Amino acid sequence: MIIAKLKPFDEIKEMLEDYRKILVLGCGSCVAVCMAGGEKEAGLLTTQLQMAFELDKSGKTVETITILRQCDREYIEEVKEKLGQYDAILSIACGVGVQFTAEVLDGTKILLPGLNTTFLGATAEPGTWVERCLACGDCVLDETGGVCPVTMCSKSLMNGPCGGHEEGKCEVERTRDCGWVLIYERLKKLNKLDLLKTFKGPKNYGAVKRPDKIIHEAYQPVAVEKEEAKDKK
Amino acid sequence: MSKLSEAIKNKEFVITSEVGPPKGTNMKECLEEAKHFGDKVMAINVTDIQSAVMRIGSLATCIKLKELGYEPIMQMVCRDRNRLSLQSELLNADIFGIENMLCLTGDHQTLGDHPECKGVFDLDSVQLLAAAKGLMAGQDLAGGKLDGSPNFLLGGVVSPGLEPVELQIMKMEKKIQAGAKFIQTQSIFEPEKFRQFMEKVKHINVPIFAGIIILKSVGMARFMNKNVAGVSVPEEMIKEMKATKDKKATGVAIAARIIREIKPYCQGVHIMPLGWADTVPEIIKQAEL
Ligand code: SF4
Ligand code: SF4
Repeated sequence: MIIAKLKPFDEIKEMLEDYRKILVLGCGSCVAVCMAGGEKEAGLLTTQLQMAFELDKSGKTVETITILRQCDREYIEEVKEKLGQYDAILSIACGVGVQFTAEVLDGTKILLPGLNTTFLGATAEPGTWVERCLACGDCVLDETGGVCPVTMCSKSLMNGPCGGHEEGKCEVERTRDCGWVLIYERLKKLNKLDLLKTFKGPKNYGAVKRPDKIIHEAYQPVAVEKEEAKDKK
Repeated sequence: MSKLSEAIKNKEFVITSEVGPPKGTNMKECLEEAKHFGDKVMAINVTDIQSAVMRIGSLATCIKLKELGYEPIMQMVCRDRNRLSLQSELLNADIFGIENMLCLTGDHQTLGDHPECKGVFDLDSVQLLAAAKGLMAGQDLAGGKLDGSPNFLLGGVVSPGLEPVELQIMKMEKKIQAGAKFIQTQSIFEPEKFRQFMEKVKHINVPIFAGIIILKSVGMARFMNKNVAGVSVPEEMIKEMKATKDKKATGVAIAARIIREIKPYCQGVHIMPLGWADTVPEIIKQAEL
């Protein structure tokens, strides 16, 4: 899932300077799981803002709603009209959600980001999330025992470690595991160390054409036309 | 043919040393260092934006050294350039007559003086070697044909003190397959451990040059033990440095002693004086090279 964290409160407050009627828009999916932008966090942030604005006697009002997914048109459309009532919408979805909500509102309303979107990760333990994939578009996990060299090695090395690891930890941060030592240990357990012996050529960084787009086969224009033609018959 | 290639071909015991380009345009001190090394040093490594601290480039410094009659070993790291720029720089180096090329990964950018910069690492050190080998054969990484191809003696590095050593050896083997004709090691302070490492890589058919760093102080030894991966200065050596009044003389004596002990197991040494360039001839003398 997408992992994000709340921006510093002062930064959020500063962003809201020019607006009076504010809506905090939560998102009930990834960012709810990582406790950054779900209904609960939206409620908390709203209260904090209300209190701060009351102290300032700025006369600003803050309300909140949360929708299931801000990366899905369907859910945004449901609240589109309501969103129209505010001066600004502080979205605490990931960067995708903020952009998609802004796209649906199409310049009728300003969208402000309340989170810093950080990585694609998993829940390591309650309250701890760890990065695991950089969405490179050309997955090599089959060659590395299920440990991603692109993400788990700070230099995305493909043919083995640099000279910087010490006691299994990365030179970048001595508290973090070296991705290549992890790969080595996993392959050793799997009895597949031989996989490391083959030369890996330069990675295809063109595999994702950023910004990329994927259309499912069934939704390709040709496929749709075919179906429609069948219907006509 | 470079002096280094010649020495390797003749199975001579190779001695190389190293300079680091300055931060700023004043080349005086850096070039002066090379003067101190003496005739026995066959070639001089030039680091490439060492420790990710912004400074003069490797190629420019190599050219300056060449003008003064020294033979440079140009270092190239993967941190700052993508494959277009790396390959282009290899061609640049060739037209300036650079003959020795050492390919490395490079320290991570967050450890340097511009920690907010974007690291590149489009290629890794093995792929960079393969790219250089390809250019030498007249072809770039995309399969494009070259009009005139470079010629290098390619080298790589290994860190014998790192665990799991098996992983180090695997990567070193790949470097050799990719075109490395010599290997320089991370600095060695424990001759016996080094001997064991060399035993494990007996099957390697390219010369291995042991890295030698001159100890300058107790603080430096402790710093390296704490911060430099794969380097551990034994406690007795630290005691020796603590007890001495003449740090330079003791540093030189220790370096020479290490060289004498490891000489039978390797094909050369790479002396990194880290500012004490004037000690290099004395180390070589005391090491009986
Ligand atoms: S190789 Fe790594 S970054 Fe690429 S898709 Fe697989 S897990 Fe993600
Ligand atoms: S220490 Fe390990 S994880 Fe860190 S950059 Fe080097 S190889 Fe990659």
